[in-house]
Order: sequence, then C-alpha cells, then structure tokens
Amino acid sequence: MDPRVKFVLAIAFILTTAITPPGAWPVYILLLAMILAVDILSELGMGYILRRSALALPFVLAAIQVIFTISGPALFSIELGPWTLTVTQPGLERLISIGLKSWISVQAAIVLAGSTPFPDLMAAMRAVKVPRLLVAVFGLMWRYLFVMADEALRLIRARTARSGHADQPGLKPGGSLAWRGKVAGGMAGSLFLRAIERSDRIYMAMVARGYNGDVRSFALARMRPVDWLILCSSLGLLFVLLILGVLLFG
Amino acid sequence: MHHSIEINQLSFSYPDGHAALNSVSLSIQPCEKVALVGPNGAGKSTLMLNLNGILRGQGQVCVAGLELNEKNLGRIRAQVGLVFQSPDDQLFSPTVYEDVAFGPLYQGLSEAEVRQRVEQALAVVGMSDYARRVSHHLSMGEKKRIAIATVLSMQPELLVLDEPTAGLDPRARRSLIHLLGELEMTMLVSTHDMLMVRELFPRMVIMDEGRIVADGATAALMADEVLLSVHGLEKPI
Repeated sequence: MDPRVKFVLAIAFILTTAITPPGAWPVYILLLAMILAVDILSELGMGYILRRSALALPFVLAAIQVIFTISGPALFSIELGPWTLTVTQPGLERLISIGLKSWISVQAAIVLAGSTPFPDLMAAMRAVKVPRLLVAVFGLMWRYLFVMADEALRLIRARTARSGHADQPGLKPGGSLAWRGKVAGGMAGSLFLRAIERSDRIYMAMVARGYNGDVRSFALARMRPVDWLILCSSLGLLFVLLILGVLLFG
Repeated sequence: MHHSIEINQLSFSYPDGHAALNSVSLSIQPCEKVALVGPNGAGKSTLMLNLNGILRGQGQVCVAGLELNEKNLGRIRAQVGLVFQSPDDQLFSPTVYEDVAFGPLYQGLSEAEVRQRVEQALAVVGMSDYARRVSHHLSMGEKKRIAIATVLSMQPELLVLDEPTAGLDPRARRSLIHLLGELEMTMLVSTHDMLMVRELFPRMVIMDEGRIVADGATAALMADEVLLSVHGLEKPI
C-alpha cells in the first residue's frame, strides 16, 4: 500500500481514538476490531504486535490518579495513613478508557512502523507536509541510533574484557556499588561527548556537500485510484465512528 | 608448562548466521610474539574476542592453562590483556588514572597495590606524567599507549592487540613498535602493518575467510609472494 495512505490513516485512526469520549465502549470495540483486522492483514504476526503494544502500559500508570480525582458515586475507599483515597465510578471508567485507547493507538503505530520501510515513511511524511526539518531530525535519529548502539556495545565490551578476577584467593571482585556507578556514569558521559563531536563532524560533512538546512529528495509516485479509494473510505468510516461516539456518549 | 593460548577446532557464527570462524586451531608458547594478518573480515577480531569469552564459539579454548568456561571466565579475563582497535572504546573513564586503575580495582585489590600497579603500568608505556589528564583530549598515539597501560595494570599473561599501529603518524608508530619490542610477554597482534610484522614478530599466522591458511616463520611466509597475494597481502619492500 502507498506509504502516504498508511501514514495518514494511522494518524487519523489515532486521532479518532483520542477524541472518542470516555466510556463509549461500543465505539472502542469497533475501533479494536478494526485495528485487529489490520494487525492480522499486515502479516506481522499477532505475537509481535501484542508484545510490542505492551509498551503502552507504563504510560497508563501516569494516568492512575484519575480514578481518585474525578468526582462521582464512590465505589470504595483506601485508607493510606492520614489520607483517604476514594475510587469513583467515573474515575474508574476514565482510567479503563485511557488504557484501552492507548493500547489501540499504539497498535496502529506498530503496524505502521512494522510494515513500512523507514525511508518510505519519511517520504510519506514529507509528502503530507510534515515540517521538513522535523522529518530530517527523525531521519538522522534513525540513522545514527544504530551507530550509537554499536558504540555503546563496544564500550561495554571493553569494560567486560577488563573485568577479571585476581589469582589471589579471598578477594571479592566487582568493586563497590558506588564505584561501579561511577564507572557507568563515566561511560555514559563519554558516549554523550562522542555523540556531540560526531554530530559536529556530520554537520560539517553535510555543509561540505552543499547542505543549507533544506532536505531535498525525489518525489513519490502518483497515488493510484485504489489508494484514493482506500484512503477516502477508511477516513469516512473513522469519521462515522467518531460522530457515533460523540453523539451517543459525549 | 602450559601454552599461553591453546585453541582446538574453534568455530563461531554471528547471530545473523555469518560464519566468522571455521575450525580454527592455534597454539602459542609463553613469551612468543605472533602476528595475525589477513584481509578485513577474515575473522581476526572475532578470534580475539573469543580468547577471553566475550564471544563464545564451539570448540575448545585454553588460555594461560585455564580452560575457557563459566567458572574460569573471570580469571581468564584478568590473564588476557585485550586492547581494542579504537582507544576511544577502551578509555571510558574521565581521567587516565581511573582508566588504568579499572582492572585492578575490579579485581578487588588493596588500594596500595592498585596505586603501585597503575604507576608501574604508566611507567612502562612512558606516560607517567599523564595520570591526571583527561583521556578525551589526548593524541591518538598517547591514547594507544594508555590503552595498553590499562591492560598492563592487570598484569596479564598475554597481550592481545587489535591493529595497534592503525591511524598513527610515523613517529607515534615507531615509538609504539619500540614499546612492543621491549615488553617481555606473550603477544598476539592483528595488523595490516607488514613492515612491523617483519621487524617485530618471528612468527606469523595468516587468516582468510574464517580459517587459518598459513602459520609459520615470518621470513619464510613473507618470501612466498603467491601466498601473500592470494590472501590480499603485500610483501613489504
């Protein structure tokens, strides 16, 4: 499928999910059914997608306080020293909604990233007028993330190679926790310094080849009619779902 | 008396399936200095990383009379002074002193002994005045010497160097060769510097495509120009 269609639909899907009012369970079920169908059709493997979508869980924790702060009929209370925390029904509904929404949205992002080669994805972002500088930053991040990971791996290897045990008996190898923390801090610091120096060198290499802040690239092929059809019908479907959610549950 | 290195039928494949070592066997006597040559991607670095168990292949590896296994891993790492090609990877502490002290401190040696070892190691490589310097801002030649000091402070049985003269100017290269010639210990050095091989190493091992294709006296192998050119090497003038 055309990467532009995929990108726009993924963004539209995530937006729809985000704007759907809390507690609109039937709409959530429809959205979930939609994304599960896409999961299966993408042939990435359900295990892969579900494992990665667990990434959304820690962010749900950040929303945990809503079960106490939203007023409404009380469900039960927790005594916590001098404080009493009361769990309310709308609060619980809100939390479950947030959890479901983030899980559904993350799946859309995973399918998009998993089924689109990164260069195509960047071309799609440029085509739909995401600011070029932002796209360039994404591209450089993606390119040099692996270089950084390699560099970190080599540092760790060098440390492992020198983490030996003495021949004298009775010595406890490993050093104190504080000392090891200091070493790890030093490693992180040197990695950071090198990242900055590398970025300087990369910038100079780019300027040397005529870079002036503008990233140019080849235009993408024209969209086929079938791509337009998929794009418009899917957007329409999402819009209907959104209207339903807002009218019935808003 | 044990061998410093005794490798028997060692094979290693990277997780992506690329076979980097193909039943390699090699034994090196104590205090022998051996050069490891061959084109890029021949498996030289992989072999070196197998010597102290950073990578683990199939086959038998004995270092300093210890068989490489989980139990001996720590003691073997103290016996193998592995110096990586890029000193920037080797030097990860803020100051030179802390880097040289890392090995002995990790072993849990007493403070007095750590101090004594660091001073000794820096003296051997001629960098005693640099102890308080920040390793980040040193020249390539200085970094290489300090990288060697960081393993000498562990008092290893053998020194394993990955392309020690790469990226050095002639003067730094000359002084490094001088240093390696003075060190009385077992050495396995991978390099593309054939002039240094002829000057410093009586024995030479040629690797290509994960195998040892020749192992013998440097003078004899250097005379075989066909062998050298088949494996992408050049006879030094």
